[in-house]
Amino acid sequence: MNINLTLIAQLISFAVFVWFTMKYVWPPMVKAMEDRKAKIADGLAAAERGVHEQELAKKAALEKLHEAKQQSAEIVSRAEKRAAEIVDEAKEQARAEGERLLAAAQAEIEQEANKAREALRTKVAELAVLGAEKILRKEINADAHKDIVDSLAKQI
Amino acid sequence: MASGETVTSSEYIQHHLTNLTFGRFPDGHWGIAHSAAEAKEMGFWALHLDSLFWSTTLALVFGYFFYKAARNATAGVPGKLQNFVETMVDFVEDSVKGSFSGRNPLIAPLALTVFSWVFLMNLMDLIPVDVIPRLAGAIGIHHMKVVPSTDPNVTFALALGVFALIIFYSIKVKGVGGFVKELTGMPFETDNILLKPIFFVINLFLEGVNLLAKPISLSLRLFGNMYAGEMIFILIALMYGAGIGMGIFGGVLQFVWAVFHILVITLQAFIFMTLTIVYLDMAHSEHH
Repeated sequence: MNINLTLIAQLISFAVFVWFTMKYVWPPMVKAMEDRKAKIADGLAAAERGVHEQELAKKAALEKLHEAKQQSAEIVSRAEKRAAEIVDEAKEQARAEGERLLAAAQAEIEQEANKAREALRTKVAELAVLGAEKILRKEINADAHKDIVDSLAKQI
Repeated sequence: MASGETVTSSEYIQHHLTNLTFGRFPDGHWGIAHSAAEAKEMGFWALHLDSLFWSTTLALVFGYFFYKAARNATAGVPGKLQNFVETMVDFVEDSVKGSFSGRNPLIAPLALTVFSWVFLMNLMDLIPVDVIPRLAGAIGIHHMKVVPSTDPNVTFALALGVFALIIFYSIKVKGVGGFVKELTGMPFETDNILLKPIFFVINLFLEGVNLLAKPISLSLRLFGNMYAGEMIFILIALMYGAGIGMGIFGGVLQFVWAVFHILVITLQAFIFMTLTIVYLDMAHSEHH
């Protein structure tokens, strides 16, 4: 149990080592640990955020799908409507065209009839004249009775 | 396994309890003492080279590994060394948080140093008592005490370092007046003007004893435990010289005592650290 200079020497080395630990060992270790703690916390938070975001994305996707379905249904119904419209329009057009053709045919018929009537009239006149001529050849001159033949022809 | 045929048991024990002492001989010249008596004659002007060598070497070992871990410390995946050092740091930080209420960046590193260093010094106790002294003897060094914490100089130095910090922080936190008041105003308090000086003296005595008991108990507890443990190892080692039967029995005893001692050395290091923290916490707080 000799207390001697060793005590002082030991005291000095104790001070030096405490200083060393305080300066070079403790702060970097604690900092690394704190950093890791923060990193882990960040990671956990990010994971949680990711899960949350995924949920949101799922919801958004579902909504989009729903919307798309609705839209497609709308489009189909509109297309159906349009098709019906087109059919109606075509029917209408066909009807109009038919009417037009009918009218044209009728007009043509009318015209042909008129033409035929006219031709017939002339022919009848001729025939009448011819008849009359034959009759009158016996008794009258065609030239003298032309007025009467013309008026007759007009009455046909 | 006594060194030499002519050595008696008491000489063997004496030999193991003598430090390698370098100091000033009574006639004025400096040198290494060759016996316990010579070392005693040197008085205060002597250095225990073995204690200083081993304690410093162990501190360097501690410093090297911890510095290496700290320098390469990463917030990413830690290596094995960093893992170990982090465990230690965490353990010390928990102890400090549990016992120390103030804020002081010195306390935790101090606690870590105290724990690691005391533990390593104590750990030397588990090396069979004759191994290193024999090796030292082979290269001409006659005395070698390898467990620094069995040297009261070492334990007192640690305790005095802590004591100095207690005084320093007591004065720093409470001021000189506050510190004096703490020493003299408690535990007996009075408003009576006549009683005051009496209480002053009584309080100073009580608180003075209380204050001085801290470093003394701190160092003597460690020294006593380690010295006793070392002594038992030496006594067990004596049995090796007493025949095969006693030798085997000694071996078993040494093993059992060493296993038990693992607990003791860890516990002593832990106690030293915890008390350091607690004492410094007291120094920081206003009341105790």
